[in-house]
Amino acid sequence: MHPAPSVIIFSVASGLGFGFLAFLGMGLVLPSGLVAFALWGLGYALAVGGLVSATFHLGNPQRALLAFTQWRSSWLSREAWASVAALVLLAPVALSDWLGLGWPRGVGMIGAALCLITVFCTAMIYAQLKTVPRWNHWTTPATFLGFCVAGGALLSGQSLFAGWALMILAVLLMAGFAEGDRRFAARGHSMASATGIGRIGTPQVFEQPHTGGNYLMREMIFIVARKHVEKLRIIAVSLAAIFPALLLFLPVNALTIAVAVAFHLIGAAVQRWLFFAEAEHVVGLYYGMR
Amino acid sequence: MTHHQPHLDTSPPVSDEIRRTTCYMCACRCGINVHLKSGKVSYIEGNRAHPVNKGVLCAKGASGIKQITAPSRLRSPLKRVGPRGSGAFEKISWDEALALAVAWMKPLQDTAPEKLAFFTGRDQSQSLTSFWAQGFGTPNYAAHGGFCSVNMAAAGIYTIGGAFWEFGQPDWDHTRLFVLFGVAEDHDSNPIKIGIGKLKGRGAKVIGVNPIRTGYNAVADDWYGITPGTDGLLILSLIHCLLEAGKIDLPYLAQWTNAPCLVGPDGLLLRGEDGKLLVVDTATGQPAAFDVPGVQPDLGAVWQGSRTVFQHLAKRYLAPDHAPEAVADRVGITAPRIRALAAELAHAAFDQTITIDQSWTDFRGTRHATMVGRPVSFHAMRGISAHSNGFQTARALHLLQIILGTVETPGGYHFKPPYPKPFDAHPVPHIMPRGSGPLTGPHLGYPRGPEHLALLPDGSPARIDKAFSWENPLSAHGLMHMVIANAHAGDPYRIDTLFLYMANMAWNSSMNTAATMDMLTAKDGAGEYVIPRIIYSDAYASEMVAYADLILPDTTYMERHDCISMLDRPISEPDAAGDAIRWPVTEPDRDVRGFQSVLIDLGARLALPGFVDTEGAPKFANYADYITRHERRAGVGPLMGWRGDGTATGRGAPNPDQLDRYIANGGFFQAHVPDAARYFKPWNRAYQDWAVEMGFYDAPQPYLFSIWSEPMRRFHAAAEGQGDRQPPEALRARLKQAMDPLPIWYPPFGEVAAAAYPVHALTQRPMAMYHSWGSQNAWLRQIHGRNPLYLPTKIWAKHGFAAGDWARVTSPNGEIVVPVEHMAALNPHTVWTWNAIGKRKGAWGLDQNAPEATKGFLLNHLISELLPEQGDGLRWSNSDPVTGQAAWFDLRVRIERVDAQMQSLPAFGPLPDLGEPS
Amino acid sequence: MTSLPTHTDRKLGLVIDLDTCVGCHACVTACKGWNDQGYGAPLSDQNPYGSDPSGVFLNRVHSYEVQPHDTPAQIINFPRSCLHCDDAPCVTVCPTGASYKRAEDGIVLVNESACIGCGLCAWACPYGAREMDADAGVMKKCTLCVDRIYNENLPEEDREPACVRTCPTGARHFGDLADPESAVSRLVAKRGGYDLMPELGTKPTNKYLPPRKKDRPQEASLLAPLLDIQATGFAGWLDRVLGKI
Repeated sequence: MHPAPSVIIFSVASGLGFGFLAFLGMGLVLPSGLVAFALWGLGYALAVGGLVSATFHLGNPQRALLAFTQWRSSWLSREAWASVAALVLLAPVALSDWLGLGWPRGVGMIGAALCLITVFCTAMIYAQLKTVPRWNHWTTPATFLGFCVAGGALLSGQSLFAGWALMILAVLLMAGFAEGDRRFAARGHSMASATGIGRIGTPQVFEQPHTGGNYLMREMIFIVARKHVEKLRIIAVSLAAIFPALLLFLPVNALTIAVAVAFHLIGAAVQRWLFFAEAEHVVGLYYGMR
Repeated sequence: MTHHQPHLDTSPPVSDEIRRTTCYMCACRCGINVHLKSGKVSYIEGNRAHPVNKGVLCAKGASGIKQITAPSRLRSPLKRVGPRGSGAFEKISWDEALALAVAWMKPLQDTAPEKLAFFTGRDQSQSLTSFWAQGFGTPNYAAHGGFCSVNMAAAGIYTIGGAFWEFGQPDWDHTRLFVLFGVAEDHDSNPIKIGIGKLKGRGAKVIGVNPIRTGYNAVADDWYGITPGTDGLLILSLIHCLLEAGKIDLPYLAQWTNAPCLVGPDGLLLRGEDGKLLVVDTATGQPAAFDVPGVQPDLGAVWQGSRTVFQHLAKRYLAPDHAPEAVADRVGITAPRIRALAAELAHAAFDQTITIDQSWTDFRGTRHATMVGRPVSFHAMRGISAHSNGFQTARALHLLQIILGTVETPGGYHFKPPYPKPFDAHPVPHIMPRGSGPLTGPHLGYPRGPEHLALLPDGSPARIDKAFSWENPLSAHGLMHMVIANAHAGDPYRIDTLFLYMANMAWNSSMNTAATMDMLTAKDGAGEYVIPRIIYSDAYASEMVAYADLILPDTTYMERHDCISMLDRPISEPDAAGDAIRWPVTEPDRDVRGFQSVLIDLGARLALPGFVDTEGAPKFANYADYITRHERRAGVGPLMGWRGDGTATGRGAPNPDQLDRYIANGGFFQAHVPDAARYFKPWNRAYQDWAVEMGFYDAPQPYLFSIWSEPMRRFHAAAEGQGDRQPPEALRARLKQAMDPLPIWYPPFGEVAAAAYPVHALTQRPMAMYHSWGSQNAWLRQIHGRNPLYLPTKIWAKHGFAAGDWARVTSPNGEIVVPVEHMAALNPHTVWTWNAIGKRKGAWGLDQNAPEATKGFLLNHLISELLPEQGDGLRWSNSDPVTGQAAWFDLRVRIERVDAQMQSLPAFGPLPDLGEPS
Repeated sequence: MTSLPTHTDRKLGLVIDLDTCVGCHACVTACKGWNDQGYGAPLSDQNPYGSDPSGVFLNRVHSYEVQPHDTPAQIINFPRSCLHCDDAPCVTVCPTGASYKRAEDGIVLVNESACIGCGLCAWACPYGAREMDADAGVMKKCTLCVDRIYNENLPEEDREPACVRTCPTGARHFGDLADPESAVSRLVAKRGGYDLMPELGTKPTNKYLPPRKKDRPQEASLLAPLLDIQATGFAGWLDRVLGKI
């Protein structure tokens, strides 16, 4: 799949943002005054910024409101509802923290749950796709939620929680890589099943349908730089999980958290790039390219 | 969950108007429905009522809408201002352009008309263009058949009185086995596809004999991956097997062919005092004219030492050198498979005979209660004919059809009116002594013997292309591919003005493209161009445009009148004669004129006979007016339908409403063959009478198929030293081999010189592209925007090729560097690519970095128009020695692996954009 | 709604005969031509005369090479377009309801006025049936020419998809695959029509007819020589042959 920057930015930023908002909503961090304004502002900025970034890849963003209509069947629609619900429900909590209103925290707990649901919905947009076997697995939502929780915890300075979450994330990532590598073949997809002509013999592409480019090949078939996959996987796991976890052994202060979050974000971006770049869509079978 | 769906209007208006005309995206001439919305062409589909395509349409036809908006369209007349080849032009008016053309042509017309050479490429108006050239008085006229498929056409005419495509086709509704030889996708494309679809629909068998298994060969039930240039060897071996097993149609041979005729001591057939061919009547044992009522020709007769043609043919092809075991290695097909193919032919022809319950009467007066057919049919086109043994190979294929008894019988091959038409019903070539005014007949024809060669009194060729000379005596379509080389060399003489229509000679239509560009720009010692003037007409900014001095911009096919005429190449079907028109379904938005109208204007300005009235005033306003009012013979004009008062067919006075009647009928006319005349046409009285009624000929002309070709034998005899018109010594041996009166096979020329070049290299045309024309089409160029060279597994593995590699391909004539890909379904000694995808940078309105120009390539650079010198100091043209057909497919190469490149080689400097400003 | 109808009265679709398709691309440009001016936004082309032309096509013809173990390699041309699946994953993923399957005939369509161009339906489709139009920003796909097949402004015989109408070899068949007696259903039954990627459970309506067995000349019927020419000579052969008349 084509690793579009807008989608990478969207999913990394909103994952972190909703994770952080969840921690703020639950009251595990209890800032007040301008600090609260700044922290809640950061959470909202990441989450909303991510969502806005996601609209950049829409062909007709002016109709985006229509995306709320199909919550019964569409994970993208559910994501829209969950994200808006989370952002709306958490607004009074943020206001309360900022202005010291001391409103009850129950709404914040619901908001925090909605943040996690939002990220789960985001993950399910990918995980539901049988056409992309690497994504079509429980490790996809688990990994997205792992990023969400670990990132949120890290940004909230919950060092112990963050440390465990980052370790779990590392395990999830490595499991996801290993398991994902086998899945395409395990599902039985092949040029033979895609075309049905395997009954005659081993098929291969003779001539592509068009020498000119097309949307399918640009969007679904990405083979450039896969040869660097092993290195990139190590970088992703190291930067997203292991380095930040190690940093947490240092005295926790704003600087260590900032550095850890920076590593984590870069690692998350690399992981997300790999998430797309490594994902093979079955339509590639028709082109003999995956 | 609930289901909800929006309201949808499923009956939207389709268009404001449908105008029905004829396609020109290839040579097929399908009927198209052109939809218009708000005066603009909005959609093109096939015309269901049309006899050629019956509603279907190919990829090119449906993309015609992009042809009328292509940026490559020329916009106004242009006069060269920079050096030739630079593409520097100034726009001029039509008055200036026509005045300039007349200023160049008029002095030639008056003093040396041969110094005007007029050759046309994709010409579907040859009856007009040749008529014009006859009037001008130049012997130098032809269309592009010489580099296309003249071998197939001429071999067919000389053998059975017709060939494939426009001459005839398989009886698709009845055939049970269809055998396709060689590359054939490029002519008659929709009809063949429709035919293959019919066969597939009823599970009939399709066999492909082709080095490359794409297209029609991909759906063939059996594929014979033959080595190029050996088709004739295979066919004669099939004939060997059929003879050996006695699986031949003896009654057919006896009644309808010259098999029972007697070969006299001079190699010509014995004739009676009335000039009629003689056969020995089985009943009497005495000679009798072939056509006397009740005669039963004896195939085994010997009369005064003269044996029948049948005995000559049997003796020749039964010889062990034609046995499958003797030819298998050369053709690349095992002997058992050759025998199996022969068995399949025999099985279909003799075990699956079909009978149509229709009585008919033959020319001898014998009534036949039914029509019995042998349901085996064949098709072949350029694949077998573009070799230097192509004429004889095509003859061999016709012989195979004859001995199986399939020609003009139900389920076999089926002529399209006005064919059948034997060679002796065609004109002979006409040339006039120089400077004496108009020719007395058409330039092109079918020589019966050396007396019809187009030679000057000193024995040198009269024509610039050396057509109808000893180098290629039966060059019925001329040799357009030799015109530039000969004019440049001054051999046989220099010319002044080269006038070309729709022929991309500076690119894909020439062998040796780079050298051709040099010839077009070459200057003599005085600094003048060796070819002093070039006038070119095309609708688009092809590579050739830059090499002309004067450009006469043509319209697109939807902006003009045309006629697809019975005088030329009509759209008949076996069961109906038919012709068609084009008409302006949309108006040009630029200063262009239909070439035919321009030619008529020039004809009037030059006062050519037929183009001015008795007062010297222009006779025709434009091409539409000519189509309506021109009469070639009394009552016979370009179009056969709705003549006279609108009720006459074939013969009748001009009808001013004729074009309107065609338009109302969808752009075509058909006259159906009567039921009793549908088969056995050359010998069927009902057909012969109908053909006379239609004006195809003026008296019935039944004939026998020429298994033994007397015109060939006359040249053969000359090569043996007989007669007073003798070939040059250097050509004697070659003529003796090539002009054999019975079909033979010999290795393609250049085989010896090519010993260091072990690989055959071919091109074929993709079904979604036609020549160069598709590349300027926004839709089609997305399908074929570049072309790799396909290598067979053996070569791929031997050189260690990998995906993404390129290759250096070398021939005796040069080298190219091109991308390669692997293909297993390919003869192991053959490489190939798609034809004419490669473009010169800047041509055709494309970006200079278009993939057509960076990755695309031509094989033409590797092919010379001349064969290597063979020790006698002479270089013969790279053509068939009988017809002069360009031997494109004789190419031999050597392959080396090279790393991936950014640019295919050779690359040439970019041409300026001569099309529509974007 | 993006939910699928529980039942469609008819299942209109295509049956594509791989034994007959010669790979001519006629269906490709007929489709482009019709849909460029028909349902919804035109099928735009980007950089059409440039160095990297690209555009939307709702039907593309692939070409594959297959190597059987005992006969020569074969080329198989393979048209690919929307299969109008019964269980169409492209419909249920749509967040706006733009993608839907018609209850009356099973045609899968995009309501372009509701399409936000998120591309998710194209991701969900295993068959590459959907292409985003770069100019209009909406998803394009085969409509089975829904604006032809019921169109009362067209003659009855033309009420079929443009690709079917134009196919020169008749390799494309259109009809109701829910009706076991329809011509297309009978063809599928007779020729062993099959689904693409059945393992994904999309239940495509369109079926493909496999190529017939190739390269099996009838070995049994080899011609028997009339007699041994070497032994009897040409005269003997001639007597024998002419004796047959």
